[in-house]
Amino acid sequence: MEWFLANSGMVLGLAGQHLVLAIVPMVLGLLISIPLAQLARRNSTLRSVVATATSLLYTIPSLALFIILPTILGTRILDPLNVVVALTIYAVALLVRAAMDAFDSVDDDLRNAAVAMGFKPMARFFQVDLPLSLPVMFAGLRVVSVSNISLVSVAALLGVGNLGFLFTDGLQRTFITEVVVGILAILVLALLMDAVLVVLERLLTPWTRAAGGKSSGADATTLITEPKSGPGLPHAGLRTDPGASG
Amino acid sequence: MNIFAETIAWLADPKHWTGTGGIPTRLLEHLQYSGLVLLIAAVIAVPVGLFIGHTGRGRVVAVAVAGALRALPTLGLLVLFALLAGSGLMPPVWALVILTVPPLLAGTYAGISSVDANVVDAARAVGMTELQILFRVELPNGLQVMFGGIRTAVLQVIATVSVVAYLPLGGLGRYLFDGLVLQDFPRMLGGSLLIAGLAIVVDLILAAVQRMVLSPGLTLDSRGSHKAAEDLTAAAPAGAAVQGGTP
Repeated sequence: MEWFLANSGMVLGLAGQHLVLAIVPMVLGLLISIPLAQLARRNSTLRSVVATATSLLYTIPSLALFIILPTILGTRILDPLNVVVALTIYAVALLVRAAMDAFDSVDDDLRNAAVAMGFKPMARFFQVDLPLSLPVMFAGLRVVSVSNISLVSVAALLGVGNLGFLFTDGLQRTFITEVVVGILAILVLALLMDAVLVVLERLLTPWTRAAGGKSSGADATTLITEPKSGPGLPHAGLRTDPGASG
Repeated sequence: MNIFAETIAWLADPKHWTGTGGIPTRLLEHLQYSGLVLLIAAVIAVPVGLFIGHTGRGRVVAVAVAGALRALPTLGLLVLFALLAGSGLMPPVWALVILTVPPLLAGTYAGISSVDANVVDAARAVGMTELQILFRVELPNGLQVMFGGIRTAVLQVIATVSVVAYLPLGGLGRYLFDGLVLQDFPRMLGGSLLIAGLAIVVDLILAAVQRMVLSPGLTLDSRGSHKAAEDLTAAAPAGAAVQGGTP
């Protein structure tokens, strides 16, 4: 505790870098995944290509990817850009599937009703499909946020600045307090991000509360916990839970 | 372009394929660490997962614990264990076990509870004991979903074992950290390609095993089952991410 207070400036600085490295890939991943998922949903060839490519990319360990990317991108090994690109790849791999599941979760009757009411395709997508797919989409985002925050720390092994530095530095100095502070700081970041996503989801999907009525917990978590709603994420309920447990 | 040529030269150099620091030795170490971690984690996670899946008891606790474990940073836990318990093989192995139990447990539990309740009731009605139901009905029927958890866990372990070289132990991760210290990029890149290749090959083997082990009845079903199978292959890697682990 004393060490933390004495070094709080450094820890907060590292936490800031950590957050940027975790959030930027998440946003980029979302922006890439939504159009990709829309295209893949219409075209079955593209769908299977996307499924194969994403699962293949996912098998590549992040440490290996952090090292392979600089040679492909022409960046230096210490460049934070490598981390951003690597985590964006992982985020896309996960979010494309989540987005496809999310768009599948929208009732076709609602789509047809929107068409019947005269919505143009673009307007229908932004005003009907996208909002209604948010609960499932947010479940995917929460998974990405927890995984990104944990993965960023690995980049510290290569010398990229973030909270993982507390681990490498702590090991070199055989200083346990520093390592414990690092673990706690990362846990706090993960919980904070998760809480932010939960609040954001609530604000963006007011109808889920209105429909849920008595059970206020009727958000994406409960939706996903039911096996039928997410065959693509068989244990998503277990997965997305760090927020609920905190 | 040069770096690629150098990396291929590094990989092709017969010197790197023999001796204690050779690729076969490192590969074997990597597989040994991974196997040990998976074995211990399976001994813990599978029985608990079967119990929770079959009885439905303790589900809330398991979900909460697994979720909390998932947010733990892999690297932090490895370093903490190394500092607390000293050097050697076992401290990092235990740290990895803690990180491997959640996906295995979740996969086992999800697999068992994914079995149609009518099927389980039918088994009970024809007079099967609870143990028979678990091992002859729920396990074979839930295997498809269980494999998702198993593949997630295996990939995560193979990825994370590359980090233990930092502590320092052996395994393919040695090439990354030695290469980093020596500024020897072909060695780092070669090691990375070996790790990525190993992960992909192991996942393909598991996919083949999954195809052989699964009861044909599960895949020959309706179109719905086919879709489930397709989703499953993607579910495994998806989990790996969550694990966040995958360093």
